[in-house]
Amino acid sequence: MLIDWFTVGAQLLNFLVLVWLLKRFLYKPVLQAIEAREQRIAAALAAADAKNIEAEKARSGYESRNAEFDQQRDTRMASLNTEIAAERQRQLEEVRRDADQLRAKRAAALRDDAKALNLAIAQRAEQEVFAIARKTLSDLATVGLEAEMAAVFIRRMRALDDAAKATLATAIKSAPDAAVLRSAFELPPETQAAVQQALNETFATEVRLRFETASDLVSGIEFTANGQKLAWSIAAYLAALEQAVGDLLKQATDRAAQSASKPAPASADSNAAQA
Amino acid sequence: MRLTPDQWIFWQHGFFKINATLVFTWVLMAVLVVGAKLITRKLSMDLERAPWQNLLEIIVSGIEKQIEEVGLKQPKHYVAFLGTLFLFVAASSLSTLIPGFEPPTGSLSTTVALALCVFVAVPLFGIAAQGFGAYLKSYMEPTFIMLPFNIVSEVSRTLALAVRLFGNMMSGAMIIGILLTITPFFFPIVMTGLGLLTGMVQAYIFSILAAVYIAAAANTGRPKLASSA
Repeated sequence: MLIDWFTVGAQLLNFLVLVWLLKRFLYKPVLQAIEAREQRIAAALAAADAKNIEAEKARSGYESRNAEFDQQRDTRMASLNTEIAAERQRQLEEVRRDADQLRAKRAAALRDDAKALNLAIAQRAEQEVFAIARKTLSDLATVGLEAEMAAVFIRRMRALDDAAKATLATAIKSAPDAAVLRSAFELPPETQAAVQQALNETFATEVRLRFETASDLVSGIEFTANGQKLAWSIAAYLAALEQAVGDLLKQATDRAAQSASKPAPASADSNAAQA
Repeated sequence: MRLTPDQWIFWQHGFFKINATLVFTWVLMAVLVVGAKLITRKLSMDLERAPWQNLLEIIVSGIEKQIEEVGLKQPKHYVAFLGTLFLFVAASSLSTLIPGFEPPTGSLSTTVALALCVFVAVPLFGIAAQGFGAYLKSYMEPTFIMLPFNIVSEVSRTLALAVRLFGNMMSGAMIIGILLTITPFFFPIVMTGLGLLTGMVQAYIFSILAAVYIAAAANTGRPKLASSA
């Protein structure tokens, strides 16, 4: 018989003991270790998932914040650009205004300079003319010239219009002793008599004339009676000359001012184009 | 010539005796338990672990997976019984490599004891899973006429389990013994390798059949898969 029932019973017991021992020392600890590891892995995966979700949330948050920042930056940029353009325009206006003021000031200064120059030239010309005239007349001065000048004075006095004549007559009559005839040279007695006669005839009265010499008259005769004056001298010609020189100076000054003011508007225009 | 290690008796007192089957069983038990104790002494719960721990985890989780594939929903309840069946039979087969060592499964007494364990375990697990009445009722499915056939089937498959394992193990050891006397060198080595393969396959078949019987008892009452090797 191959079956030994005692051995069967003993093996049965052995097997049950082995089941118990292996359960205690093998299956239980190993299964626990596996389970613990699986739990750790599951926990790690869950944590990773949570972190992923958190990171995704943070990412979307940052993205939206970035978009907001971009929008704010664009808005600020646009407003800044507007402000810069306005400021530029304002400064340009200011510069233009300053330039205009400067130009006006320069033009005024130029005008003043021209006026001063004009005056100086006029005075100088007058002085020169006077000097020349004085020299010429002193060189040429003769009794004949004086007589001619007296003749011219008489002719002009006779040619006066009635209103002037009346005014002078009134003046002579109101102060008969105040009539004075001034001349550059001592008039010869014939000439004095001729002038006296001409006055008497012209104003139909006896004029008590007093003859005086005045070197500043240069060349000419001046009749004064109670504030009224009738004169013929070289000063009239000098006045005409002064007028002509003055016109010439004015034209020259205007041309200079125009040429000085032309570049300024051009630069202002170019600045406006850049803005 | 000894057909079974039962016949190699070290000590006897009347009915009680200590034979080679028991001694080699104790040796195997000691190796298994001490080995398991040594390896599981410093188990790592982390991702990094020792190679021996890795081996044990592969074996245990492999057994668990097999049990689950058979159809048992909670393999942790059955892993101690079925896993020990597999490990014991497999260790016995491997022990044939050691000269002079007689595998305990080469004794019909051992295989009968193991088959009796399965014979008792099947209704116990079935009752635990379904309840006493439902389990008993399953013997009369589909009709009460099937009751004697079911009982015969229960007994015969237990007998088949015992004899199959014993036949395979004993024949392997016998063939090697015979061949050693005829062709001493090369051929026994080949046969030993083949015996190892057969032994491992027998271990797998024994434990898987036990799992199928238990699954049948626990889930549907009667076994639908009656396979034999």
